[in-house]
This record gives sequence, structure tokens and C-alpha cells, in this order.
Amino acid sequence: MTEFSMFPVVFYLLATITVVSAIGVALSANIFYSAIALMGTLVGAAGLYVMLAADFVAVVQIFVYVGGILVLTLFAINLTSRIGDVSVSNRAMGRFPAFLVLAIACGAMVRAVQTANWNLVDVPEPTSTIETLGNGFLTEYILPFELASLVLLSALVGAVVLSRKELKDEA
Amino acid sequence: MLQTFLDSLIADGTFGAIPRDVAYAIGMVAAGAAVVFGFVLNISGVTTFVERRVWARIQSRVGPNRVGPQGILQWLADGLKLLMKEEAIPYAADATLFKLAPFVVTIGFITAFVAIPFSSALIVADLNLGILYITSMTSLVVVGIMIAGWASNNKWALIGGIRAAAQIVSYEIPAALSIFTVILITGTLSTQGIIQQQGWGPWDWFIFHSPFTFIGFFVTFVALLAEGNRTPFDLPEAESELVAGFVTEYSGARYLFFFLVEWGNLYIIGAILVTLFLGGWQAPHITDSVVGMNILQALTFIVKSYLFVILMMWIRATLPRVRVDQLMTTCWKYLLPISFVNFMGTALWVMIWPQGFRFAEIVLTAMGFGLVGYFLYRVAFHLRRSGAQITLSPLS
Repeated sequence: MTEFSMFPVVFYLLATITVVSAIGVALSANIFYSAIALMGTLVGAAGLYVMLAADFVAVVQIFVYVGGILVLTLFAINLTSRIGDVSVSNRAMGRFPAFLVLAIACGAMVRAVQTANWNLVDVPEPTSTIETLGNGFLTEYILPFELASLVLLSALVGAVVLSRKELKDEA
Repeated sequence: MLQTFLDSLIADGTFGAIPRDVAYAIGMVAAGAAVVFGFVLNISGVTTFVERRVWARIQSRVGPNRVGPQGILQWLADGLKLLMKEEAIPYAADATLFKLAPFVVTIGFITAFVAIPFSSALIVADLNLGILYITSMTSLVVVGIMIAGWASNNKWALIGGIRAAAQIVSYEIPAALSIFTVILITGTLSTQGIIQQQGWGPWDWFIFHSPFTFIGFFVTFVALLAEGNRTPFDLPEAESELVAGFVTEYSGARYLFFFLVEWGNLYIIGAILVTLFLGGWQAPHITDSVVGMNILQALTFIVKSYLFVILMMWIRATLPRVRVDQLMTTCWKYLLPISFVNFMGTALWVMIWPQGFRFAEIVLTAMGFGLVGYFLYRVAFHLRRSGAQITLSPLS
């Protein structure tokens, strides 16, 4: 008998949190509830990253997504008046086609999981990934890294241009 | 540290037939409970009492002095009273989220203590990402505040929550940038690693490492003050405008949790500043006993951090609150450019002098102490001129 391990217990706990909150995001009628459920999904995903020994990705996930994006989402929800009665613009597609697409996608994924040739490795000993990441970004992957920062910079400038008042007045 | 200790306990057979992972889990829960009940709750509670006494003294009042000697047990009485009160939930509030908010806030606050060191051996977990972990965990507090503001179904609470979010998201940027200047010097994010690269003497502290870190220290202090919703940046709960901001509708134990976080946060701000810039637990090596040194280090760290807590009380008692536009101007027009310059400057400094530049460190140390001395001289001068009657004993 192998020694009892907490690993599967923790994994299923985190997976349940992630999946249940994700369902909550999709099915909540109240958009504020959706946003709060999104926090559960993001934190659960961060926990899964930790289990994959990706500590840096996990912490950055919480830092950027919970501390930044989720807060901005909540901010936008709080500032929008009468957010409860949203009018769905396209009602042509009903629930039945949606479930059909879902069933096909689910079937395809289950099939993929069953037939895939899984390459099993032992659980890596959790070590710090940040040094490898930092060295990689500044040596081998410097071009994609710099390109990504250029894209982000242009997005920033674009956001500033779009929100300028004088431009709106001219239009 | 905790793991080696638990391994030795397992080898001794203390846990008997319990599997290793469950033993680890028990150990982690025990360590967490020890920190929360042994330190976090007490430091937050005592801080509320100290704040009231310091405030009272600054405003020529007496402050709470009835419960216990000099009122030292006042915080326990307050806590018990709030725990026993009925918890009112407004009729129109969203009850589920209303109840959830204090938990989110408290989780964000208490998990930060995992990576805050007390001495060279006393730390719950010496994470490789320590300082980044602390900053990201404290960002959960904002989410809790926003939930509280929205769920209360109260205009004051909602405005308080929105203000808190705007403020904390803005000030996170200069705070993170100035924290990263220190990481440029150390090359590690672990809180213990950062402290180990400093010395016990002020000339070995990172605040005096270069002119950039010297300015960076003040940028970090201001940004963390704003992130902790402290005066002069306590707009989310501005009493004169918003009743009590996001806590307007809260009462009883839930109110208690918000204030636990509020005052406990003061210690976290102090601890982050001391870890990054002021040498952490580094103390002169005066005894060879490991236990003795650890006690000395823990005392050094807690006293240094608590000095900042008292400084923040002093600021709260003396400075007026800023306006919202002033708050945003301070962040985006001043702190952000300054922290960018600091970041680039520190990078250059580390490139030119990787081992640090001793002359600059000594000059900056002298300058720092000179500034403090001049400040004290001016304070004394004004006190003499105004003919103020000062009672120095805190007990009278």
C-alpha cells in the first residue's frame, strides 16, 4: 500500500472550487454575483498552478487578475446604473442550439482525453521558477518579451487616445 | 524551517501512524493558528488601544484609562462588547454578500502574515516570492471592501467602496514599482533573502543604499499609507462626507473584523517597510545562543515596525484629509514618474556598483539622521515659541 497523499484531495478540492465558480459565472442572473464567482475561479486556478509547481504564475495570477482586472470589473459594475436590466441584443439563438454545441464540444473533449497518449511524469519537487523565468525572458526569449511590451504600450496609448474628451467632441 | 521541524517530529514518532501529509497539514494549521491567535489578533487589538491613547495625548485629552491598569484591557472589552452585539443586516441589503465581505477582507489580511518574518528562524513559510505574495494577497482586501460597499445597498457605502477601489488600484503601481527597486538590488523576492543582504547598522540598510532607494522609501511609505486607507488618504471612510464609508451598515462582529484588518494593516505596512528598507530583524551579534539571538531579532523587528505604526497614528492626528482629485494627482503625476525614475536609477546604480557604493551609503546615512535631527529641532523650537505645556510621562 502506498502512503496516503493529500495531493489528490487538494486537487479535487481546488478543481471543484474552480469549476463550481465557473458555472456560477456563467449562470448567475446578477452580474455582481458573476464577478464574485469569477474571483473563486481565478483563485482556484491559482491554486492549480501551485500544484503544478508554477509558483510565480500562481502569485501573478492573483496579483494581476484578482488585484487588477477583477477590481476594475467590480468598479465598472458599481458605476453602471441599472445594470440589472440588460437587454440581450441577439435573441435569435435559443437555448437548444447552445446545448447542442455544448454537447458536441463535450463529446469531442471526452473523446480527446480518452484517446490521447498521456505522457505521465512524476510530480516535480516544488522549486522556485522565478530565476529560470527571469533568465529566460532576458536572454533566450528577449524578442517575444520586448514585442509583448510594445503591444501593451500601444494598447495603453490607444486607450488614452480613445478616452480623450476633445477627440469625442470633434467626432 | 517548519518542514524540517515536522520531519523531526515524525521521525520521533510523535504523530504515530498518521500519514506524513496529514501531519504536515496539522503542522501548518497549528502554525497558522499560533500566528493568528498569538500575534495578529493581539497586535491589532493593542494597536486600537495605543492609537486612542496616542491620539488623546496629541489632542490634550486623557483617552480610555478605566479598564485595567491605564486602560490596557480596553481593546478586550471593546472586542467582547462587539462580539455580543446583535448583528443587524439591512432589509434591502444583499444578505449573502453582506455576510461574505468581512471574510474576504480578513482572508486577504491574515494570509499576508505567512511571508512576514519575525526573526531569522521565526517565519511561517519563507516563500521564494515572499514580497510579491504579500502585495498580491493584500489586494484581496479591495475585493472585500467593494463587496461590502455594494452589498450594503447604501449610497454612502457604495461611494466608499468605489473610492477604495480607485485609490488602491492607483497606488498599487507606485508601491509595486518602489518595492521592485529593492528587488533589483537583492535579486531575490524572498523576505528572508532581502533581510539577509542588509546589516544591523543603518549604513547597511537599503534605504541608504543609493539616493534612489532613499526617495523610494518615502514613495513606498506614501503609497502604502494610501493602500491601507489611512489618513491623509482615508477617503473611503471619510467621516465628514460618507458617515463611515463601506462599513456604514455593519455592526457587531462583522464591524469588528473590518477594524481588525484596518489596524492590523498598520503593522503590515510597518513590517513591509522595515523588511525592504530598514534592515528587517538584523541585530548586532551579541550572543552565541541561537534562541537568544532570535529573541533579540524578533524584538528588533517588532519594535521597528511598531515605530511606523506610531508614526502613522501621529500623521492621522495631525494631517487633514486630501481631496479626491489631490489624491489622484499625487499618485499619477508625482509618485508614478518618481518611481519610474527610481527604478531606472537603481538599475544603473546596481550596474555600476554591484557591491554597493560605501561612500554614498555613509553620506546618505548622515543625511538621513541630519534630517531627523533638524526635524526634531524645529519641533522643539515651535513648541518653545508657542509656550506649550508638555507632559512627557504617558501615564499622567
